[in-house]
Amino acid sequence: MRRSSAKPSLWVLAVREREADVIVVGGGPAGLAAASSCKEAGLEVLLVEREGSLGGILPQCIHTGFGILETKEDYTGPEFAEMLEKRARDLGVEILLDSYVSRLSQVGGCGASIEVLSPRGVETMRASTLIFSTGCRERNAFEIGITGDRPAGVMTAGTAQALMDLYGLLPGREVVVVGSGDVGLIMSRRFALEGAKVKAVVEITRYPGGLTRNVVQCLEDFGIPMLLSHAVLEVRGRKRVESVVVSEVDEKQGPVPGTESEIECDTLVVAAGLVPEAGLLEKAGAKIDPLTGGPFVNEFLETSLRGVFACGNVLVVNDLVDHAVEQGRLCAMSAKSLIEGTMRRPSAWKRAVPGENVRFVVPHLFSGDRDTVFYSRVRSPMRDCSLSFNEIDKEVRIRAAMPAEMVRVRIEGSLLSGVGEALTFEVRGWPKGKRG
Amino acid sequence: MAERKERVTCIVCPVGCKIEVSVKDGEVLSVEGNACVRGVEYAKEECTSPKRVLTTLVSVRGGVLPVTSVKTTKPIPKELVSRAQWEISKVTLEAPVPIGKLVLGNLLGTGVDVVATRSVEARKAVGHR
Amino acid sequence: MPFRVAIIGAGVVGSAVARELSKYEGFEVHVLEKEADVGWGASKANTGILHAGYDDDPSKFPMRARLCRAGNELWRGLADELEVPVRWCGSLVLAFDENERRVLAELLSRGRSNGVPGLRVVGTDLVQKLESNASKEAVEALWAPTSGIISPYEATVALIENATENGAKLHLETLARRIVVKDRRVVGVETDRGFLEADAVVNASGIFGDLLSGTAGISGFRIRPRRGEYFVFDRDAEPKVGMTLFPAPRPETKGVVVTQTADGNLLVGPNAKDLGEKERESTETTKGGLEEVWREASRLVVGLPPRSAAIRTFAGLRPEPDRGDFIIEAYEDPSGLVNCVGTRSPGLTSAPAIAMEVAKLLAKGGFRFAIKGKWKSRRKAMTRFRDLPSSERDGLISKDPSYGRIVCTCETVTEAEIKEAIRRGARTLDSIKFRTRAGMGRCQGSFCLAKMMVLLSRETGTRIEDVSVKGKGSNVVLGRVRDGT
Repeated sequence: MRRSSAKPSLWVLAVREREADVIVVGGGPAGLAAASSCKEAGLEVLLVEREGSLGGILPQCIHTGFGILETKEDYTGPEFAEMLEKRARDLGVEILLDSYVSRLSQVGGCGASIEVLSPRGVETMRASTLIFSTGCRERNAFEIGITGDRPAGVMTAGTAQALMDLYGLLPGREVVVVGSGDVGLIMSRRFALEGAKVKAVVEITRYPGGLTRNVVQCLEDFGIPMLLSHAVLEVRGRKRVESVVVSEVDEKQGPVPGTESEIECDTLVVAAGLVPEAGLLEKAGAKIDPLTGGPFVNEFLETSLRGVFACGNVLVVNDLVDHAVEQGRLCAMSAKSLIEGTMRRPSAWKRAVPGENVRFVVPHLFSGDRDTVFYSRVRSPMRDCSLSFNEIDKEVRIRAAMPAEMVRVRIEGSLLSGVGEALTFEVRGWPKGKRG
Repeated sequence: MAERKERVTCIVCPVGCKIEVSVKDGEVLSVEGNACVRGVEYAKEECTSPKRVLTTLVSVRGGVLPVTSVKTTKPIPKELVSRAQWEISKVTLEAPVPIGKLVLGNLLGTGVDVVATRSVEARKAVGHR
Repeated sequence: MPFRVAIIGAGVVGSAVARELSKYEGFEVHVLEKEADVGWGASKANTGILHAGYDDDPSKFPMRARLCRAGNELWRGLADELEVPVRWCGSLVLAFDENERRVLAELLSRGRSNGVPGLRVVGTDLVQKLESNASKEAVEALWAPTSGIISPYEATVALIENATENGAKLHLETLARRIVVKDRRVVGVETDRGFLEADAVVNASGIFGDLLSGTAGISGFRIRPRRGEYFVFDRDAEPKVGMTLFPAPRPETKGVVVTQTADGNLLVGPNAKDLGEKERESTETTKGGLEEVWREASRLVVGLPPRSAAIRTFAGLRPEPDRGDFIIEAYEDPSGLVNCVGTRSPGLTSAPAIAMEVAKLLAKGGFRFAIKGKWKSRRKAMTRFRDLPSSERDGLISKDPSYGRIVCTCETVTEAEIKEAIRRGARTLDSIKFRTRAGMGRCQGSFCLAKMMVLLSRETGTRIEDVSVKGKGSNVVLGRVRDGT
């Protein structure tokens, strides 16, 4: 570590400084993949991780379903995390653990400077490119409007998972889960396997939020009921949760009066969605997409701050770790081309915009000079449909589109180059009789 | 034995077909409601010999964490899942536990092993803390 | 033999009394608190406003009028001595029509007769200059430059820490059941942990004040809970207000307020809902109540953040006396009892003045007051790492590397601070939270809960499964999934 050579009289300003080609903030799957790819590309890379260990949320996701696209094998979360970590370590990526980024700012029109707090002290690190991969956080009970008491026993699914699967603790014996996304379903199974009774999984929409596989193997296998079009309104219990009040909801997801009922339980697990942790980016001036909660990016996954890239769940909440890894690799390639001076930005960006039944599209800007992978999600489930575009002749047939599953599509540069100002992503019904 | 009808939700793809399978004496007589051929295989197996990969925890003594995660190396018959969970929960390992460590061989005579899926380092000996 | 005083209730009032009495020679001060920490009743779920003192009509509520004004003055020195963060930001009472303008005029004259300095009515232009986020619809405002904002739980912790450093004894999770009287004299308090002998009992039990007073035979008043609900926003949420904004008050309440907490969060609330006699612990939030708060608050400011940006909603109960005024009195029969109840708003502001009032009442009983030779007036605040510049942070880390481990990433709270809170007596997660802010940020503890449990268990030598959120019966987990160690 280089110590600055400030004069002794200025010792208080002698905050240690570091420099690298690339700084990666966040050592989850996307950050690990990005750092390894940078190193492979011959860049000097620093990986900064706030926890004492790597892998982000993966080490507590003990179920399978990780890395199928990347490796053709079905790994558990901790296994996949250890593979990613081993690769980064074998490549000699410099890793700083227990290192918390307290400030991020753009410097010199490209790249960034960060302030890092760690047991080593306060350090300033500068790099011409920075890859931001800080993941996301969970929405809590207050954010989804649950009222009532505030006792022990209300926790997010991720907290319950950490308590159970890292620390070996049993968060509850009689459990109600809010939200039927994959996280809620998988935690329901974990509770059931460990002998707790999952009284209900409460889902506010008309359809399950998670994959069919998980509905079958996490709920049906264990006889756990799912209440669709229902919401938890209220928590009761002064010291520890004693019950929750649920009700049916109407089309606008408002409670239907007269349908309230009370479910006795000691624990309420909230699995009500994830929010990108983009606060540092936002404070540094990056533009945020209200549809994803993550930054606006171009096809290089570069944010509106030049030389600052984003990948993984801070960019867009992924359902497959493979997509996070893919985004990490793309960030690394972008950083390399920026550093080597081969990055060609167009004179004017074209925009990718969500249309009918599409909630968001990432990346937001593209040049049309190259093949580009886009990620999007549908608003509501649809059978036998297609992702289509008015502006170009391309149509991707989808047997069943669900909000739970990211729609990933690679569009050829030859097609994109023909787009005018914007490309509209739409998911529409597949015409009957049409072949596809 | 009489013919029985079972309803299976196909998990092969997101369509989630509701498939109806007629079974008699462990033989599949008919499969209906599937949108594609992959559903037939899945539905047949799910009705006659459903299998699951079990992922759960095992106690670790002297580790930086008190548990490690484990998995069955292959899917095991679904009806054995709760017995398997019980068998696995009786095991205690000593730290350090390397990833991939064999935890139980030939789980309940299935020929399937249980291995650790997370490394757990040994806790440094620094007294109580 | 020292004169033993038992104070029932470690809210801000009981703690202020404890701090006051711990100054003097010859007292042995005991504080009985039923919760696992101090300040967990009305003191915690409170707006934190140090009122200027124009609200209360001295002819109707002489105690409130006098003690609020005096308390506002006392907090200036006290906040400094106890190192409690306070912002003397001033407040504006907004008037939207002629009727409300008349109310402002009334408040102004009341404030003047209460001796509130600097009070004036200002027009729209100055309102906008003072607080650019105040509603443009307001036609006039009463500006009270001496109004402030304090962290009410930190104030309570500071008072009790200073009191105990000066010899007071705090008994947590000790429920006072009955004030015991013998031969027309108070002789002690019966608690769920046994009998505590005392020469005098100060009843500062807040919402339970009438019930406990009744056990000593004094039952000329009733206390009823009045619930108020709040929204609190992330420290990054915009827009924020620099000053406290009030609507024109109604008889039962000063109304829903928009303010910024001492820690920098936008805070909105409370409404006022009168509850029944048995609902003394009904601190639940309600859909209707929160909607009311939202409606009212939206009148006062231009563009609140979206409601879904609120990171927490909560409710507290104010102890509302049927007589209206604070009940701060001693009796001939039984002698030795000092009631110190009905301390609704402005109870927090008045607390230091109430404490002096209690001392005076005890003095009337013939006790002589002499300040202890070794009395320590100052209390040192917890380290607040997040407020320090980088160079000081670096200095702290070089002395103790655990300052370099950030446990609560939303609020930048370090492991060293959490250990300090535990050393200072925090035994539950909420105690740590209210002392350090760990878990008060946008994720509401979902990232740091497990780490805090590990620290609490390690530092106190308790089993991790016994760690609780707020004392007995509120464990975070219900056991282990495996028997490993």
